[in-house]
Amino acid sequence: MDSQAPKEGIKAGKTVRKLIIAAVAMFGFGFALVPLYDVFCELTGINGKTAGPVERVEQWVDTSRTIKVQFITTNNAGMPWEFKTLQEEVEVHPGAWTQVEFWAKNPTKEDMVGQAVPSVTPFEATQYVQKTECFCFNQQTLKAGEGRKMPLIFSLDPRMPPHIRTVTMSYTIFDAGAFAE
Amino acid sequence: MTTTTAHHDDHGHHGPAKGIMRWVLTTNHKDIGTMYLWFAFTMLFIGGTMALIIRTELFQPGMQLIEPEFFNQMTTMHGLIMVFGAIMPAFVGLANWMVPLMVGAPDMALPRMNNWSFWILPFAFGMLLMTLFTEAGAPNFGWTFYAPLSTTYAPSSVTFFIFGVHMMGISSIMGAINIIATILNLRAPGMTLMKMPLFVWTWLITAYLLIAVMPVLAGVVTMMLMDIHFGTSFFDAAGGGDPVLFQHVFWFFGHPEVYIMILPAFGIVSQIIPTFARKPLFGYASMVYATSSIAFLSFIVWAHHMFTVGLPLQTELFFMYATMLIAIPTGVKVFNWVSTMFRGSMTFETPMLFSLAFVVLFTIGGFSGLMLAIAPADFQYHDTYFVVAHFHYVLVPGALFGIIAGVYYWLPKWTGNYYNEKLGKFHFWMSFIGVNVTFFPMHFIGLAGMPRRIPDYALQFADFNAIATVGAFIFGLSQLVFLFLLIKTIRGGEKATDQVWEGAEGLEWTVPSPAPYHTFAEPPHVK
Repeated sequence: MDSQAPKEGIKAGKTVRKLIIAAVAMFGFGFALVPLYDVFCELTGINGKTAGPVERVEQWVDTSRTIKVQFITTNNAGMPWEFKTLQEEVEVHPGAWTQVEFWAKNPTKEDMVGQAVPSVTPFEATQYVQKTECFCFNQQTLKAGEGRKMPLIFSLDPRMPPHIRTVTMSYTIFDAGAFAE
Repeated sequence: MTTTTAHHDDHGHHGPAKGIMRWVLTTNHKDIGTMYLWFAFTMLFIGGTMALIIRTELFQPGMQLIEPEFFNQMTTMHGLIMVFGAIMPAFVGLANWMVPLMVGAPDMALPRMNNWSFWILPFAFGMLLMTLFTEAGAPNFGWTFYAPLSTTYAPSSVTFFIFGVHMMGISSIMGAINIIATILNLRAPGMTLMKMPLFVWTWLITAYLLIAVMPVLAGVVTMMLMDIHFGTSFFDAAGGGDPVLFQHVFWFFGHPEVYIMILPAFGIVSQIIPTFARKPLFGYASMVYATSSIAFLSFIVWAHHMFTVGLPLQTELFFMYATMLIAIPTGVKVFNWVSTMFRGSMTFETPMLFSLAFVVLFTIGGFSGLMLAIAPADFQYHDTYFVVAHFHYVLVPGALFGIIAGVYYWLPKWTGNYYNEKLGKFHFWMSFIGVNVTFFPMHFIGLAGMPRRIPDYALQFADFNAIATVGAFIFGLSQLVFLFLLIKTIRGGEKATDQVWEGAEGLEWTVPSPAPYHTFAEPPHVK
């Protein structure tokens, strides 16, 4: 027993070291889930977040079908801006570039920074939404009382599955004062 | 199975030290196990009192006793305290006491760390409970602390909650490392892995789960801390984060956590049923493989808690099927327990009664889990009392009955005295009736649409809620019988034999009763 004791100590030491490394690695893995989640969502579009600006390329326009695109705006809790869409609905052919306008106004007596977060339904349409310009790409700064028209230029990829007839683009405006760039 | 020369502690160089410092400074696995168990029992009463406050408010519709804000604090604290303060430390306490005795080790592999991992706990929970007395009140966002409710809209006491979770996470990880190191390195000669008692096996697997997921929990609360105080936006959409990410990370921890709370109970029941059926466990190897399969599957089912958050169809299907797959290894276990009893010479002492209730009632909880796993049906059940009924069936007559059964089973070995069997049976029947009267009606009110976590409800739910409240008081008060029985047994009683139970097998029954302060200073030989 006595002659075994130090050897056992060394063996346990090895086990313990491995386990501590595993625990630290799993702590790191928790944080690694954040970029993994973003990459996964970007690839699959399953959280409805559209990708950043794309180059405008004139592409084949599928005139054989018409997609109804609806726009919804929401204010996040506590966000006092007036925020609305100027066209509630447009009908587009896949591949055609379309411009729509949104309106935002800061009715308060202070300058504010807002950030719109996009979401597309159904999720499987997300990856076919192409935007060359969107107010959601950047934070929007509005001075006290200022109002502004904000453009969105988008097209739907003609490869979009034919069973999708309606696409809803939702924008939620957040008070981004705490995150002003 | 085993032979040992009953080795009395004739070195006698040190017994326990005297006074309070014995408990503060101890590195003895039995002392630390005892402290864990008393700590867990205390937390059971604190969390139980909160449950009774909740049930009293829900006895009738309308607000009569407490403010809704306080009700939210009670549901949150009840969940946190029962999960992290009662169930988990109780299992660690049983592991501390029994794992060295069962594998023939003189103590845990890392006795000093063992002391440290226990003594962190009272401070962690002291910090958590302290928030009840602050102006902001205790955490009120549910034990699942979904962001942004727990970040943007949280009371300022959330920081204490975060540090509390960090501390108990560290304690759990250290405990798990210690248990793995003990099992892998300190087994007696001849005790191969596939000869280990099932309690040791289930704890080995549980400890690996703890090491894999407690750091992820620490990570998610750290992200909350950074969002709240350091201007990051992991979970804040305004800054580019995503609140749904919180749910993914939380449940990546949360689902294996569910199995952390049940696997050791599987182990305890697998020790007790063969003893009182006087037959070896049916399908030992399949039990080990079933436990490992459950542990593996627990990592790929987390999003079944999030069916209604807006997942794509393929994801819902994957998580639905993966979840249902868990029913197979679990079914293997239930089959093996029943087959162990089949044609056995059964007697029904208190530990056996609790184990039998475990098998039956845990299976009910398993079936309601299968119902919840059906993604399209879950849209109706989600966040209703049906979910409350489900997880209380697996945690109270599941995990808690497993712990109580283990305490009754090993109590004569710990104290050297038999407990009063009549009182034990009284405790069992009161608990059994109480638990079913409390939680069974919740299935019905849940299916009828009563949402969870609300202090007031529509009139049609009144009768079942009143019944559940009566059951809760029966269950709660019967635990005072348990406390009385424990104190009585510690102070005296019929002397226990070394083997304690006629059909008991294993190394822990070869040491004298009560187990001396030092055991297996020389390793026993296992054939």
